[in-house]
Amino acid sequence: MKHKITLKINGESVTAEVDSRLLLVHFIRENLDLTGTHIGCDTSNCGACTILLDGKSVKSCTYLAVRADGSEITTIEGITAEGTNHPMQQAFHDQHGLHCGFCTPGMIMRSIDLLENNPNPTEEEIRWGISGNLCRCTGYNNIVKSVQQAAEELQKESV
Amino acid sequence: MFKCKTSAEVGGMGHSVKRKEDARFLHGKGNYVDDVKLPGMLTMVMVRSPYAYAKIKSINKEKALAIPGVLAVITGYDLAEYNLHWMPTLLSDTQMVLPTDTVMHQSQEVCAVIATDRYIAVDGAEAVEVDYEPMQAIVDPFKALDKDAPLLRPDKEGQKDNHIYHWERGDRAKTDDVISKADIVVKERIYLPRIHVASIETCGCVASYDKDTQKMLVYMTSQAPHAIRTILALVAGHVGLSEEKIRVISPDIGGGFGGKVPVYPGYVVAIAASFLIGKPVKWIEDRSENLVNGFARDYHMDCELAATKEGKIQAFKVKTLADHGYTDSSANPSKYPTGMFSICTGSYDYADAFAELDAVYTNKAPGGVAYRCSFRVTEAVHAIERMVDKLAAEINKDPALLRMENFIKKDQFPYASPLGWSYDSGDYELTLQKALDMVGYDEIKKEQAEKRKQGKLMGIGISTFTEVVGAGPSKDFDILGIAMFDSAEIRVHPTGKVLARFGTKSQGQGHETTYAQILAEELGIPYSHIEIDEGDTDTAPYGLGTYASRSTPTAGAAAAIAARKLRDKGKKIAAHLLEVSEEDIEWEVGKYFVKGAPEKSKTIQDVAFAAYTNFPQGMEPGFEETHYYDPPNLTFPNGAYICVVEVEKETGQIDVKRFVAIDDCGNIINPMIVEGQVHGGLTQGIAPAMYEGIEYDDEGNVLNGTFMDYLVPTAVESPHWETGHTITPSPHHPLGAKGVAESPTVGAPPAIANAIIDALKPLGIKHLDIPITPAKVWEAIQAHSK
Repeated sequence: MKHKITLKINGESVTAEVDSRLLLVHFIRENLDLTGTHIGCDTSNCGACTILLDGKSVKSCTYLAVRADGSEITTIEGITAEGTNHPMQQAFHDQHGLHCGFCTPGMIMRSIDLLENNPNPTEEEIRWGISGNLCRCTGYNNIVKSVQQAAEELQKESV
Repeated sequence: MFKCKTSAEVGGMGHSVKRKEDARFLHGKGNYVDDVKLPGMLTMVMVRSPYAYAKIKSINKEKALAIPGVLAVITGYDLAEYNLHWMPTLLSDTQMVLPTDTVMHQSQEVCAVIATDRYIAVDGAEAVEVDYEPMQAIVDPFKALDKDAPLLRPDKEGQKDNHIYHWERGDRAKTDDVISKADIVVKERIYLPRIHVASIETCGCVASYDKDTQKMLVYMTSQAPHAIRTILALVAGHVGLSEEKIRVISPDIGGGFGGKVPVYPGYVVAIAASFLIGKPVKWIEDRSENLVNGFARDYHMDCELAATKEGKIQAFKVKTLADHGYTDSSANPSKYPTGMFSICTGSYDYADAFAELDAVYTNKAPGGVAYRCSFRVTEAVHAIERMVDKLAAEINKDPALLRMENFIKKDQFPYASPLGWSYDSGDYELTLQKALDMVGYDEIKKEQAEKRKQGKLMGIGISTFTEVVGAGPSKDFDILGIAMFDSAEIRVHPTGKVLARFGTKSQGQGHETTYAQILAEELGIPYSHIEIDEGDTDTAPYGLGTYASRSTPTAGAAAAIAARKLRDKGKKIAAHLLEVSEEDIEWEVGKYFVKGAPEKSKTIQDVAFAAYTNFPQGMEPGFEETHYYDPPNLTFPNGAYICVVEVEKETGQIDVKRFVAIDDCGNIINPMIVEGQVHGGLTQGIAPAMYEGIEYDDEGNVLNGTFMDYLVPTAVESPHWETGHTITPSPHHPLGAKGVAESPTVGAPPAIANAIIDALKPLGIKHLDIPITPAKVWEAIQAHSK
């Protein structure tokens, strides 16, 4: 069965006819060609598909596209203007917080949400805060450092 | 320590320059296989076996084909028409592409459904009706050799039982003799469990055949695209896929770790489907398909270590049973069915050793990949490092002291190991001492003694490992006969900027930065002016790919030597420009100058421009070089790791309090990247030590085939890693480098196991196999407190 949905993605309004069963991650990747959001598992464990939905980090692989009707979505492609870095992107670059890059968009989206809710987290809070996102390459030390750097930068910006 | 020869702006060896490849990944612009979208592309989904061992009585495609959008259902019979239903493995065995009559493990591919999109393909796969006749699976490898065990591979000529091969190395009689006369012999059966690389990106491909041009383009998650192209030509040459018409592109890869070296049936079926249909076909595994197919480790090792009563090691013996699943598809060099397992004598100086191994078939998935490990080094290191600790416990000697007393000394290199390796260099005492200092060993020992008095369980575990990485040399190492060299091709443009291509393929290791730094070091051209390209067989020079820590030892060396060839040519051009003879020209980083008159000089950029505009008469124009590097020996990275744990007696909960890793990987190209690689490898070391292991029930059902129950460590399970280095350059590598990314995966598990077992020592617990989970610890505590 097809449903008409309208939502805002990275600031642009989109209307589409989608199947009831279409997953949001497939809508984003296949229908909208925004391939920065990745698929790493089918069980909501790895977090490679994490996006911001109405400002909150959501795993788009276990979210139906129809359910996103009327919402506002931000993907990795939409967190900053082309050619510039969001403080979180800059921090991942500076601290070597990525290797293969596959988990990176999801990890960045989750970390942005983490700092929204807890602007000055401890190392422990960061580790728990990103524990819904798996990285197989980095051993997490430098991801933690990246989030710490971004927290400092964002706090400076907000002053 | 290593002293940088270049400025930070040039960014040669030793500079922690930020990675050149980061931008596209940070902005969601990486190009992974699943991101490839071609016009008219179809999707393929596999029907997989619910049984571990069953006859296929029939496959009914009708209901699937009736679904609008389902275009084809491909079975083994369809492939058999082209003789493509079986394929050779890398080790003289055969593997089904799709079965015609029998399935040999749970989740084996049964047939493939091709449809216009993934959802319809999944519907089609559900609608295929397969009639199975289940049979009693062989799950326990020790029972595979029972007289009444069913013959799993009657298709193989001359195969009378489930034994695949016997391998041995060393002097059995002499080793037995030393062991029989030794003061102390410690024995243990050690199991390294079946695990999976579990890269966050699964495997997949997009195959696109053009019936007019007869060209086959394949985007593939492959760590070795050139080898794949040649294999495809060898396997499918008879149907018209000729090597010059095959183009394999490995785009960005979301983690490889050895799991993206093999040829999986899915690749072959997708290629066959595209060949038959003439349209692009995409196949991407889901997570369960990925986890349940392919594996690493699965060695059962009976170890014996002999020593004097003072603790001088005299001999090591290990007898291994290897569970290979239903076919030997191990990704090993041809002459090394057990990979580099004979590195199992470790970092210690003694004369006698013997290792033997028997491999058997079972009803499990094939694989045997070198998971972040240079072909079975992890198994070898775990065996010796556990046994050395067991010896220390047996004679009540400090395990650090025992290791210090038995180490190969730094003036003994090159060191001929009892099983035939020539270790290139190392300073094991210095490396361990640095780890002991960093962890504060004496204080930690005191703390442990106090905690033990209070009845608390605290453990300290050490691992001092030696790796063997960087295959070739070609006289010993080949894959299907293709020598394991690797390559670099450098093009310096007229304006002094560079494009360099390699036969390897990064999966996150940072080649685009590291290789640029090697060329910056050798040519003096800033790393930021150097673009690196890999993974496209139409453009990159032939190479054997990236796995087994071979990129820096082989392709990195090729880059250095190709750059030196360029410098030699540049010297002639500089002499011409400066109007002196070649003998009067000297080189320092980035420029040529006249001996005794340094003010008369030409930069490498001046020389590059002249190579296209003003070169000496008779000289071949242009400024390009290629080198294929065949290493004279392997390199032997090593390290000393120390782990401190506390175990809660009531629950078995294990808390990793500290983990110190000192690595010696020779000269370091980019310290930031090396440290990052060590962090990642350490987390992949704690994973099998404490969390991961593919479990089967008695019928061959996989019990943990998703990320819900196969526990990949998160940031919470992964401790804060403390790292450091010693530097003992490789004497034979042009840059003195060794390769590093696998050392931590190899070295960490025994350090963690040793620490946990040390914590449990007061209870009389002497050994536990990994993964050492809280449940396993709790059970051991219960059993020992009765």
